[in-house]
Amino acid sequence: MKYELVIGLETHVELSTDSKLFCSCGGHSSPKEPNDCVCPACSGMPGMLPVTNRHAIELAVKAGFMLNCKINQYTTFDKKSYYYPDLPCAYQITQWFNPICVEGSVDVDGRKIGIKQIHLEEDAGKLVHDEATNTSFVDFNRTSVPLIEIVSKPDFRSSEEVISYLKKLKSALQFAGISECEEGAMRCDVNISVRPEGSKEFGVRSEIKNMSSLSEIKDAIEFEKVRHVDAIERHTEILVQETRRWDDVKRRTFPMRNKETAADYRYFPDPNLMPIVIDDAWLEQIRKSMPATADEKAKYYENMGIAAKEAAVLASDRKLCEVFDAVVASGCNAKTVASWILTECMGIMKRLGLVSLDISAEKLAEIITLVEKNEITRAAGKKVLSAVFEKDVDVKAFCEEQGLNQKIDEGFILETVRKVIAENEKIVADYKGGKTKALQALFGSVMRELKGNGDPAVIRSLLETEVNN
Amino acid sequence: MRYYINEICPAGTVAVDDTILVKDVPATAGSKMLEGFKPLFSAEVVERLEKADYAVSGKTNVGEFGLDLVGETSYFTDDAKDSKLKGAAAELVKENKIKAALAVDLNGAPRRAAAVSGVDFIKPTYGTVSRYGVIACACSGEQVGVIAANAEDVKEILSVIAGHDSKDGTSLPAEKYEYTVDEDVSLMKLCIVTELYEKASDGVKAKLDAFVKAVEAKGAKVDRVSLDVVFAAQTAWQILLSAETCNNLSRFDGVKYGYRTPEYKNIDELYVKSRTEAFSFLTKATVIYGSDVLAKDKYESCYDKSLRIRRVVLEKVKELFAQYDAIITPVCSDTEISAYDLKDAFTNVFEESLYTAVPSITGLPAMVSGGVQLISDSFKESTLLSIAHSIEKEEA
Repeated sequence: MKYELVIGLETHVELSTDSKLFCSCGGHSSPKEPNDCVCPACSGMPGMLPVTNRHAIELAVKAGFMLNCKINQYTTFDKKSYYYPDLPCAYQITQWFNPICVEGSVDVDGRKIGIKQIHLEEDAGKLVHDEATNTSFVDFNRTSVPLIEIVSKPDFRSSEEVISYLKKLKSALQFAGISECEEGAMRCDVNISVRPEGSKEFGVRSEIKNMSSLSEIKDAIEFEKVRHVDAIERHTEILVQETRRWDDVKRRTFPMRNKETAADYRYFPDPNLMPIVIDDAWLEQIRKSMPATADEKAKYYENMGIAAKEAAVLASDRKLCEVFDAVVASGCNAKTVASWILTECMGIMKRLGLVSLDISAEKLAEIITLVEKNEITRAAGKKVLSAVFEKDVDVKAFCEEQGLNQKIDEGFILETVRKVIAENEKIVADYKGGKTKALQALFGSVMRELKGNGDPAVIRSLLETEVNN
Repeated sequence: MRYYINEICPAGTVAVDDTILVKDVPATAGSKMLEGFKPLFSAEVVERLEKADYAVSGKTNVGEFGLDLVGETSYFTDDAKDSKLKGAAAELVKENKIKAALAVDLNGAPRRAAAVSGVDFIKPTYGTVSRYGVIACACSGEQVGVIAANAEDVKEILSVIAGHDSKDGTSLPAEKYEYTVDEDVSLMKLCIVTELYEKASDGVKAKLDAFVKAVEAKGAKVDRVSLDVVFAAQTAWQILLSAETCNNLSRFDGVKYGYRTPEYKNIDELYVKSRTEAFSFLTKATVIYGSDVLAKDKYESCYDKSLRIRRVVLEKVKELFAQYDAIITPVCSDTEISAYDLKDAFTNVFEESLYTAVPSITGLPAMVSGGVQLISDSFKESTLLSIAHSIEKEEA
């Protein structure tokens, strides 16, 4: 018999807010030392009250728009109670009764995957175990950092679909500035069962908790599929609904202790947090602040005269878009800017091993303008750009310091050409003797003398004229 | 160990009860769990008093987390002098040792204390005074109130502490509230709740009769009315209070601060032993009851139903306010009782909350003066203050 997989995902994503969900401690920008980023509120001191971070609400609504959800304009926060040392209040503030977004969908590899809901909640802290002293330490830095949990319907039928969905989700969340989706900032619970193909009934479900690596998710799904099918076909075990964890070393899943999973969380509305009412005006304001999708953005760039292939590359990355848009907005020509970003910037990034275009748009605009106005050469421009990438230098100061921004007139070039010819009698003789390649050596010497400044075409033509005189 | 002031506070100063935080001053909420706990910040109400140049002279003792009626569950009552603990703050005011005290009204304890000691207390409208820096039990109902010798002093202190605080998400938007003690009582229509009057002791009835006579002498009209939602309010408030208390006290787990049991084998034992050893019987009973009503299979029939009852009670009481300026009720069954058998504390607290539950569950303002309780519509504190003042003026 053929079996099909039925998978639903609960995806936790850390939001890119400047502060935590209910206090003013720093948000996603991860602090260096344990408990660097903690206040009386997020460490559960008595007397503290939570105050909702509006930006987190807005980002959750954006995620809702992105996944075609209905936005609940009346949404509430609830308390979920359980004891664990990384949860300082012994309750987590989440959304149980009125989640912020419901009933969405997203297209994955040509199939429609339903989104049941998106809700906001605070993250828990972290326990660090020291085996040597048999002691546990608590780090509250992550406590109360805002998360959204995106709950899909059980609509996935293969591990490939799950991976495509997660990749798409990640890129869209990054693009919309909802989450940086850094290492570990996107975590999944995978609900999985199998059933005979064509069946409408669901099989016995297992939930694999807290996975963040795509390859592990894929492996865990494939492992569970085999385990479930074996249990049904060959009666290797009796399937029970349970929570499991993936062991990446043993390459298999294991059931978690029942105690960790069979809790009654005693949900009830948090009386300290008034219901959030998102009125039409606020909703519209959030909708307007949504960035275009990558496809829309690429079309837009093409209309600016950028080749389709280049437009697609620019649109695929939020950082590239941001810098491109800002430089164009400052008055530079779109095609020129595209070429600078895609050729020069990406070249330098590759050389330096950088993955993201972390450069000030103002500085790039300054360099392009200097080159366009012929105040420095393109070669000099590249040199400044490189220095900006490496040391974030000041463009004007760097040009001055390196002698890049002298305007080179033809008289000065001619003088240099003559000087080089005079100093290189042997090469000149070679050239005149028929070695046309020797001219290239002279050209190089002139460029060196000019420190890379001067229009190469002008230099070449002057050189040819002078040498043949 | 005593952290609270008693004989030594300078006259004219203001004290706060031990569930209200003052930076670097130990705050225990009357619990062994918080012995030696020093808060990192002051409550908003304390900041406001200090900004207005009131000397905050110290802390007054409370029953553990403010849950009991007479303060007997406080861990810090080993001193013989504390026999009058039936409201340490109220007694200090009565003895003229302090000008006033702030006290958190969680389940009516300071209202009762004021009645027993014969001083005034007001629990203002929910949301008008910040709860930031109050060791919380039942966030949806508790409010910081003012104990003072007379309505004028209550008004003076309340004006200082009331007003919007952005650090409290339930704080109402008005920046300031203006209160007066000079509303014309002769034009007022009041009512007395039959159900509660009938259940009170003879001593309390006599106080109510005297009070009614006094306001009638001022020209006010007093009717007898029925308000049968008081019983539903009592049960519903018990459920909400216990559930929220269970949840709020769960942070006291022996991990981060406060009491930790000296010996434990694992984290579960650390939790269980620390809490078992540090909480009083009443607190444990409240936590267990609260945990039970929040259970998955009971949520609908207990907690959710209580939220709905809260709305019904408010509607019914508001109907009375369409006709009456204020409601008069007893605030306890008997002002003579100063200690209960601790074994029965949970039941006693529940039974006595019949008199105090309506303002607690609805968030309506309530004032105790002359040993009786006055309840008004939201933001009508001035009505309560004026009624109290008109009678106090007479006596003075």
